[in-house]
This record gives sequence, C-alpha cells and structure tokens, in this order.
Amino acid sequence: MALETTAFYILSAIMLAAALGVVGARNPVHSVLFLILAFFNAAGLFVLAGAELLAMLLLVVYVGAVAVLFLFVVMMLDVDFEQLKAGFSNYLPVAVLVAAGLLIELILVGLTWNRAGIAPESLAQPLPRDIATNAEALGHVLYDDYVLLFQVSGFILFVAMVGAILLTLRQRSNVRRQSVSQQVGRKREASVAMLDVKSGQGID
Amino acid sequence: MGDLSLAHYLTVAAALFTIGVFGVFVNRKNVIVILMSIELMLLAVNINLVAFSVFLGDLVGQVFAMFVLTVAAAEAAVGLAILVVYFRNRGDISVDDLNLMKG
Repeated sequence: MALETTAFYILSAIMLAAALGVVGARNPVHSVLFLILAFFNAAGLFVLAGAELLAMLLLVVYVGAVAVLFLFVVMMLDVDFEQLKAGFSNYLPVAVLVAAGLLIELILVGLTWNRAGIAPESLAQPLPRDIATNAEALGHVLYDDYVLLFQVSGFILFVAMVGAILLTLRQRSNVRRQSVSQQVGRKREASVAMLDVKSGQGID
Repeated sequence: MGDLSLAHYLTVAAALFTIGVFGVFVNRKNVIVILMSIELMLLAVNINLVAFSVFLGDLVGQVFAMFVLTVAAAEAAVGLAILVVYFRNRGDISVDDLNLMKG
C-alpha cells in the first residue's frame, strides 16, 4: 500500500474517531479538544489532496480562532454539564435512526452517481500546470475573478464582529467608569484652593 | 494522487457529516455541542468541495471552500455571542425551553 493511502486511512480514522468524541464526550472541554484534533486531521487530509492553503487556513481559522472561542465560552459559562447530558439516552434512538437514514441516503447517492466525462472547457478555473504552489494559483483566481466575493466575505466577518460585540457588551450600573470629558472639563477652582493655615491648627 | 480516488474522500466526508447530524440530534440540551456538531458538518462539506476541486481539476471548489470557512467562522462568533447573552439572562443553556422569542 502506498504511503499516501496509508496516511489517508490513518488521518481519516483519527478524524472520525475525534468527531465521535466531540459528539459523545461528557465534558464539553473534552469536546472542544476533540474538535481541535478533528480539524488537525482534516488539515492533513487537505494537504494530502493538494490544497495546502486551505489546510493552513483551517489550522489558523479553526484551531487558532474558532476552537479557542469555543473553549473560552465553555469555560466562561458556569453550567452543570451532568444535567445537560441527562437526556442523552432518551434521544439516542431518534438520533441513530436519523443518522442511519442519512447515511443510507448518502450511500445510495454515492452508488448511483456516475461521474460523466467532463469536458476541459467546461471547467471554470482549471488547475494551472505552470504555477507551482497551491497558494499562488488560488491567489490568482481569488484576486482576479472573485475579488468582489472576497470583499463581501470580509464585510460579513466585519458585520459578525460588530454583532458579537454588540450582543455581549453590557453596561453595568454599579461600576464606576472613567468619564474622560468630566476629567478634562474640570476647572482649577473646583479642585485647588489656597488657604492660610495657622501653624499647629490644621484645617478641617 | 496514488491509489486515492474521489470516492475515498466522499466516503470520509459522508461519515463525518453523518456524525455531525447525529451530534445535533443526540445532544438536544447542550447548545455548545450542537454548535460544534454544525462545525463538523461544515468541515465535511469543505472536504467534499476540496476533493471535487482536486479530482475534477477545477480551482473554484477551493475558493468556495474558503468562503464556507469564512461564513462558518462568522456563524460561530455570532452563535457563541447569542449563547453568552442567553446564559446571562437565563442562567443555563438548555435548549428544551429555548422559546423566549414566543414572547
């Protein structure tokens, strides 16, 4: 068996096991760690397929940002996780039923789907032969033909950021906050006074 | 690509997607795990897109996978923000009584 095939089976086996761990772990912190493991192995699969840039993005975006965000929220919320797991066995039959149905459907689709011969001219962006790296080829496509969509996706991220901040920002009433305008607008007369103090008496 | 074919990747992605759906249904009470299951499903979709892109020789699939990644990140951020606000108001994150919007 070729090295690539072996690597594929190892990576996908670990990824699916980690996905089961995400679903079944008792502690959500363990779920997040399993999720990170699954993403690492998916990145390995992407490298194997020849999509290095997406593998890198998967690590940076998911492991670096999303998974850490999940971890942060799991640790911040003080939830009784045992109680959340209580209905696990109740929902198990329905879940197995739905999952089995979906899997059968997907298998049927896979069995009947037949890949027609695709004419080279029908490809929107054929894989370039003369560009060595995946990142460079993807960059050419992304910045030439899909630049508008690229900007829109940046805008989506911006809106999501604003929305997340707006949702979680909270004005507490019992916290004394710094008021810069009040500080700057303070007059000398309101804060400093010149007094004649007799020695030994002090002021009240 | 050696012995690997498109079917290998599609099988793995189908299994991953099924596990994601299974997770959504089996963890009915825990919104965090439901969000993580949705991430798994999006990952399966991305594996499909990349596999088709590579084996059909069309680069657009990878571009689309990148956009899916972007939207997934935005979705995770907003979803977790909603979760934090919900927890602040309710004190727990059970989905069973997630009917505040009924008014």
